[in-house]
Amino acid sequence: MNPPRAAGPTLAQSLFRGRLNTALTLLVGGLLLWFLIQFVPWAIGHAVWSADLQACREARGQGACWGVVSEKWRLILFGRYPFEELWRPVVACLLMVAAVLAIARREWWKPWVFVSALFAIVFSVLLMLGGFAGLSEVPTERLGGLSLTLLLAIIGNIASLPLAVALALGRSSDLPLVRAVCTTFVEVVRGVPLVTVLFMASFMFPLFLPSGMNPDVLLRVGVGLTLFSAAYQAEVIRGGINSVPRGQIEAAQSLGMGYWLTQTKVVLPQAFRVVVPPLVNSFIALFKDTSLVTIVSLFELFGSLRLALADPEWRPFYVEGFLFVALVYWVFCSAMSRYARGLERDFASARR
Amino acid sequence: MTLSLTNPKFRARLWQGLLVVVLLVCLWLLVANLQKNLAARGVELGFGFLSGPAGFDIAERLIAYSAESSYWMAYAVGILNTLRVAILGVLIATGLGLFVAIGALSINPLVAWLCRTYVEVLRNVPLLLQLFFWYLSLAALLPENDAPLTLLPGVFLSKGGLSFPWWVDGLWEVPELGPFGMVGGAAISPEFLALLGGLSIYTSAFIAEVIRAGILSVPKGQSEAAKALGFSGWQQLRLIILPQAMRVIVPPMTNQYLNLTKNSSLAVAIGYPELVSVATTTLNQTGHAVEAISLLMLVYLTLSLLTSWLMARFERASRLKERT
Amino acid sequence: MSVIQFEQVSKWYGSFQVLTDINLGIAAGERVVVCGPSGSGKSTLIRCVNALEPYQAGRLTVCGTHLTDDLKSIHEVRAKVGMVFQSFNLFPHLTVLQNLTLAPMHVRGVAQAEAEAEAMRQLERVRIAEQAQKYPGQLSGGQQQRVAIARTLCMKPEVLLFDEPTSALDPEMVKEVLDVMVSLAQQGTTMICVTHEMGFAREVADRVIFMDAGKIVEEAPPDQFFSAPKHPRAIDFLSKILAH
Repeated sequence: MNPPRAAGPTLAQSLFRGRLNTALTLLVGGLLLWFLIQFVPWAIGHAVWSADLQACREARGQGACWGVVSEKWRLILFGRYPFEELWRPVVACLLMVAAVLAIARREWWKPWVFVSALFAIVFSVLLMLGGFAGLSEVPTERLGGLSLTLLLAIIGNIASLPLAVALALGRSSDLPLVRAVCTTFVEVVRGVPLVTVLFMASFMFPLFLPSGMNPDVLLRVGVGLTLFSAAYQAEVIRGGINSVPRGQIEAAQSLGMGYWLTQTKVVLPQAFRVVVPPLVNSFIALFKDTSLVTIVSLFELFGSLRLALADPEWRPFYVEGFLFVALVYWVFCSAMSRYARGLERDFASARR
Repeated sequence: MTLSLTNPKFRARLWQGLLVVVLLVCLWLLVANLQKNLAARGVELGFGFLSGPAGFDIAERLIAYSAESSYWMAYAVGILNTLRVAILGVLIATGLGLFVAIGALSINPLVAWLCRTYVEVLRNVPLLLQLFFWYLSLAALLPENDAPLTLLPGVFLSKGGLSFPWWVDGLWEVPELGPFGMVGGAAISPEFLALLGGLSIYTSAFIAEVIRAGILSVPKGQSEAAKALGFSGWQQLRLIILPQAMRVIVPPMTNQYLNLTKNSSLAVAIGYPELVSVATTTLNQTGHAVEAISLLMLVYLTLSLLTSWLMARFERASRLKERT
Repeated sequence: MSVIQFEQVSKWYGSFQVLTDINLGIAAGERVVVCGPSGSGKSTLIRCVNALEPYQAGRLTVCGTHLTDDLKSIHEVRAKVGMVFQSFNLFPHLTVLQNLTLAPMHVRGVAQAEAEAEAMRQLERVRIAEQAQKYPGQLSGGQQQRVAIARTLCMKPEVLLFDEPTSALDPEMVKEVLDVMVSLAQQGTTMICVTHEMGFAREVADRVIFMDAGKIVEEAPPDQFFSAPKHPRAIDFLSKILAH
């Protein structure tokens, strides 16, 4: 015999229970309705979809001019990459995204998957830059748009991981000097804004290198982003290392295992399970932070938008441009956010 | 001490000794290169340039400053501007965040959905984009300088900013419409408004999540006991839930306050003259990149440490007394 | 010839002395039970034997090696001494079989096939061979502790240390673990066991050592210890735990 269905509140009951609730529902509902009535016709109904400047101007105030996206999409997605070679950033981006998705699948957390993903990512970067195997070399100033955002975010996060692990182990070390050096690095980098790190990369790095050596601005900014991201990831990993019970290390020691063997086979594998969700959050933060490289004259997704809007004819339609780019960011970031939450749930339930 | 590799004390000294050597070598190389490169540019390392005249004006300032004032004064103005936006931003973001957090936990599904959407949208779009959006919108929507909007007697809104009555050189002035816009009194620039608004709203989304997690961490039994004692919903929250949630909330909240302070550096992109903007101008004018940026980092580090220390004291005060 | 020899060993945690002038010799094949009230230093004592805790005064010799801070001496000692913990400390991210083969393969350099064969032998010895491919999280407490014992046995230790091996187990699982320990004892393994299980002590121990406040206060064969304890603290302790 089945138990009777639980009598929880229905949607209508929750919305209208009590005077305050009813008032809130009416107020919020009213506002939302008003907003939708204003927004939907503007965004969709009367909107201009083609890159027709005249039609856009006529529709101003009545309909959105998505033509700004139809006109400037190449700039926004790929920067000023040479038109004939556009297939290269397309392939590179698809490859990088595929590599990241492969790493994301928990069933595929095996060494060979990680190594292949790494190769795929390195290959993508080389593909975009060119200069070998008959591919024309593309100067780094021409890289831009979403492809540059993906490149900076993915390389920045992956290159920073080994450094982050080293810093985390260093901060947990018994040797006071090692601990002091690592702690200082992490705390200094975490205490300053990314803008200052980018300025350092842009203006100060060349001063510290032998004269004559003038590395590319992309390389310098990449290094800056990597160091910045490593400091934050180090803290997350350190939390994970601390979460591994002391008994695990004692058991390993009793079995005769030395420091490095214990760390690589017992501590770090367990720590990583715990730290993957917050590491994904740190990935999301870096993804958003790539927008700051416009300050040092690299034109990633947001920078390319501003470049596109510098065109005086299309400038008035900045709202549509911003909405489009915001949507792109939102899609990527909320997908990653959802993934991290899913992981957290899975790990929490597995730790019965 | 036996000089054997299996003696842990010897090993410790060896590793640390090696580290010192490596660090010193790197430092020596870097400094050597630095001096060579600076010499080639005809620039000397030193902080003396800071007493020289700045040569640039700063539109918004809390203290007396002109183009003849020293670079030190320029930095001081920058720091005060940063503090101005940071402190106000923290207050507004916390208030807004608390509001949204409570809304997200509401039993009214519409209100809860709205608050959660607010958080989801704001957290997943970069701050720089939001700041520019507010700035451009404000620039477009604010009334023209010759036709300001009167909010209150003496308080006007125009493209020049929010003008209000204030003391100028000891005299109480009320802003009036002049040939190019509002004159007299004091004004808050549209850049500041955009920065404050954008920063506060962005950070409030993160603070809302922190507060919500804190409230959810308080055991359900507490609110059940409170209900049984007859407390209303608001009283439960204010007297029982929030005080206990504080312990969980304070560390991540500190982080958010620090983030807000650091994020104020984005103002350099929309033209609000805070610390980074002043430092950049100094750097460009004098060529003393190393000193300018080091000073910049030092100020931010100090602010971070100060905030962390203040919040640590607050946390200690709000700790539950446990049986020692 | 003693396998373990404590000579005037003392240990401090900061300024607090946890072991005071311990003098103790344990012969090969001897089964020793250490008991006492909590805080008496019994866990600390056996943790000194495999260098999980350092000591500050005296001399400790284990299996012929003088145990000091020196990493070489620690390495030698740990190769000959095995330990079973109260909280099992199995590696949760590895299967049972992998838990057993990890140390032999990476510390001793044993080939995988041989390590796995030995692992299966030990798992049969503790009667849990069918769980070889499971993860520790899927096993009950008693099963996990038996796996932990098998893991130690794979390294072929000369001495086995047990730190309250059944204290974290539900009552119905205590017997299965004690049975394994009894069979190990009957095979002549040198054992030091910190435990409250007095039935086990009576059945298997050659000697019972009673500790209080960091000192060895009474030492006697089990019959003598349980029927006629001499020291007042021992009498007090026994009356408390044998009351029910």
